[in-house]
Amino acid sequence: MNVNKRQEYRTLFKQNVERRLFVDKIVRLIVISCVMIAIIPLGSILVEVFKNGLAAISIEFLTEVPGSIGSGEGGIGPAIQGTLIVIGMASMIGVPIGVLSGIFLSEFGDNRLAKSVRFFNDVFMEFPSILLGIFAFLVIVLVLGHFSVWAGAFALALIMFPIVARTTEESLKMVPVTYREAGMALGLRHWVVTVRIVLAAAKNGMVTGVLLSVARIGGETAPLIMTILGSSLFFSNFDTPMDALPLRIWRLSLLPYDSAQMQGWGAALVLILIILAINIGVRTLVLNKDDTYRFGKMIKEKIGGIK
Amino acid sequence: MATKPDTIETQISSTKDIPTVEDKFKMIAENVTISYGDKPAVKDVTIKFKEKSVTALIGPSGCGKTTFLRCLNRMHDMTKNAKVEGKVMIDGIDLYSKEIDPIYHRRKVGMVFQKPNPFPTMSIFDNVTAGLRLNGVRDKKILNEIVEDTLKMAYLWDEVKDDLKKPAVELSGGQQQRLCIARALAIQPEVLLMDEPASALDPIATQKIEETITELKKEFTIIIVTHNMQQAVRVSDYTGFMYLGDLIEFRETKKLFTDPKNELTAKYVQGQFG
Repeated sequence: MNVNKRQEYRTLFKQNVERRLFVDKIVRLIVISCVMIAIIPLGSILVEVFKNGLAAISIEFLTEVPGSIGSGEGGIGPAIQGTLIVIGMASMIGVPIGVLSGIFLSEFGDNRLAKSVRFFNDVFMEFPSILLGIFAFLVIVLVLGHFSVWAGAFALALIMFPIVARTTEESLKMVPVTYREAGMALGLRHWVVTVRIVLAAAKNGMVTGVLLSVARIGGETAPLIMTILGSSLFFSNFDTPMDALPLRIWRLSLLPYDSAQMQGWGAALVLILIILAINIGVRTLVLNKDDTYRFGKMIKEKIGGIK
Repeated sequence: MATKPDTIETQISSTKDIPTVEDKFKMIAENVTISYGDKPAVKDVTIKFKEKSVTALIGPSGCGKTTFLRCLNRMHDMTKNAKVEGKVMIDGIDLYSKEIDPIYHRRKVGMVFQKPNPFPTMSIFDNVTAGLRLNGVRDKKILNEIVEDTLKMAYLWDEVKDDLKKPAVELSGGQQQRLCIARALAIQPEVLLMDEPASALDPIATQKIEETITELKKEFTIIIVTHNMQQAVRVSDYTGFMYLGDLIEFRETKKLFTDPKNELTAKYVQGQFG
């Protein structure tokens, strides 16, 4: 290419600068408007829930059993307790299974078995939750002969583990192969490399996946109708019906009384706050970046101090 | 493209400068062929590595030197499609025999990679001791001793001795690479494989790593892959020149660079291609 030609190309590239800047502005505008469009419904739901829900909240509302229908008395104590219990139990079943499946898919996932597991896992993730509720109803409620907390936790765990498995797999795959190689070169066994090096590096993504699944099951209503049914009493044992916030919100919102509807808004607000609290809590406790260090050090010092 | 010589075999065996039978060999690679799928990347390479010496592998990009280096540690086990044929002996035991669990060999053979890869979630101390801790060594006294010893060997101790608890990723690139050398040395290997350890480093860090290599030679058998011919001259005792998967010439470094037997080698070391 000769000098003249180069000069010609230079002028060519300098053309249309104004038009390109204009296009840049337009694109930026479109992107920002799309974000606004996405945020508006989300924001207005939050505003609405806070506006209507705050009025309902009191100590009595948070701690007491529901009063008589339409009286506007009593609270959602059993529902809060039930939600925490059922989320906790579902996580205890769903998270380990999900994490282990994710590890299998990512680290040993290069065969036909893993490919079919991955496929069914993806299909499973899209299942309507009521189907899983019906499944839990058939295999636990009908077999035992009564509604039970176990069935509810089982149904929610079924919703949870495909999400956890998928996010775990994706976060593990993000860990550069060079760390695995460095670990292998040190003469470490495959599982030691996976657990101590790869999992540690993938922690952020995995925790995000778990939190996502907790938020998802926290709001599930349909499978709970089929399994824990709902109740007006505090938890007594695992073989009886139990209340949960989504069930309570659903029941309250069906009632024709203003006081009940207000309590429904209050319950919705409480549910949002619980999910938010779990998110913030887990993130500050577990997540890394620089924080792992600070936090890990803090714990080590605490333990050292106790000894 | 230069024509490939058809007399590689004779050239290597007729060269008197290669290590002789009386020398003690730490590692021997015999007729090693490595292919990815159907495509061979290393073809029938035979090299003997003398104990407590530095052997450099040079050659243009894509000539198979890194591929060859990785087979000395069975790192190809993790690569799908990679197939290794031939024999790799370390202390007389075939690394690729079915009864051998590669992890015992990997503990004998340390490896330093092209790009520094300290474990991101660990501190400097934890990185150096990773190979020991994760293999069950818990004794704090031993760990402390090894950390100081290996970091000194890697010329990093003075720079980090007060910040051993700092995350390793906060170190500079050159420091990270020296940390990786210390990490590889911590498992007390007998052989050290280095894959272009200085390619991402500035001249000062490079010089420090070369000093490290010269120092380590007293105790370890070192095999280093490098793009940098001056580096090969500075640090190595023996040099192998590879081209398109073939080992073209393997001799004492000085002789390979001053009096290459093969035309291709001569062209390469004079900078006429590559």
